[in-house]
Amino acid sequence: MKKLLNRYKFFIILAVINLGLVIIYPSIGKTSLSMTWSNTLEMLSVIPPIFILLGLLDVWVQRETMIKLMGEKSGMIGVTLAFFLGSAAAGPLYAAFPIAGVLLKKGSKLSNVLIFIGAWSTTKIPMLLFETSAMGWKFMLTRFIIDIPGIALIAYITQKALSEKEIKHIFEMAKSQI
Amino acid sequence: MFTIILYVLAAVLLLLSFLKDKKKTKMALMKAWKSFENILPQFLSILIIIGIMLAVLSPNTISRLIGQQSGWIGMVIAAIVGSVTLIPGFVAFPLAAALLKSGAGFMQIAVFISALMMVGIVTLPLEIKYFGKKAAILRNSLAFMFSFVIAIVIGVVLG
Repeated sequence: MKKLLNRYKFFIILAVINLGLVIIYPSIGKTSLSMTWSNTLEMLSVIPPIFILLGLLDVWVQRETMIKLMGEKSGMIGVTLAFFLGSAAAGPLYAAFPIAGVLLKKGSKLSNVLIFIGAWSTTKIPMLLFETSAMGWKFMLTRFIIDIPGIALIAYITQKALSEKEIKHIFEMAKSQI
Repeated sequence: MFTIILYVLAAVLLLLSFLKDKKKTKMALMKAWKSFENILPQFLSILIIIGIMLAVLSPNTISRLIGQQSGWIGMVIAAIVGSVTLIPGFVAFPLAAALLKSGAGFMQIAVFISALMMVGIVTLPLEIKYFGKKAAILRNSLAFMFSFVIAIVIGVVLG
């Protein structure tokens, strides 16, 4: 019980702050509550299939397969696959982190997982269509074309900047997450 | 639409898995639940922070900050606002289009959208949980800088 309370400590504090807002600034507090509620519903509608797929991936896909597809020696195939996985995804960025955790646990290369995160955040196919309708083809295409090398570069620099020990620690963490 | 595809995919694969191996399927579901519960405290906290932020930062406020001829200052503000807010794309793009119509520059909007998508200050604790402090902060800082590169190129192409 005490452990549970400790884990949810930050959430409880925030909930109290939000309730305080309702009392002091009713209009802001109420808007905030209704936003939180609708976001929670949205999250709950996107999350279940993602986590089910994640569980299935963990149980059925062997580590050796993943290492071959996205691991250290996967080369362009790994990079392409990471881009494709991220771009095809739906849902907010925070839903990508648990999947990244499983990819790491299964032996994907860190830079490939970072490419996956980058693609998930900005080159999502469903979002691109939406962007085009709001901002026009020129805006979307320019952004898309610069995004691809940008995402790869960010992933490459991040991987290079980390020491072997730090990278090892990330993989250790991934193992304990699921 | 995509969510529906996701659900169908998950259901079909779950069924296939169940037909092939009941025990493994049960294990997969247990893992799904465990990894969900693992990040639930962060998830819930993020949801409340987003709620409070969206309530305080109305589209009007955002428009005042990065609208009109705000120049470099506007771009920096756009980048910071984009980094700390978590507006879903289907809200952000119409908002961006509306800001453009009311006189904001393409560069401010481009930096705002890119930072919005790639940089997540609010979700940083969650990211740290999976990637560690150094990698998470590094990825976000690089993405922040990259947002300006995108904005400059868009300014050249569309300006």
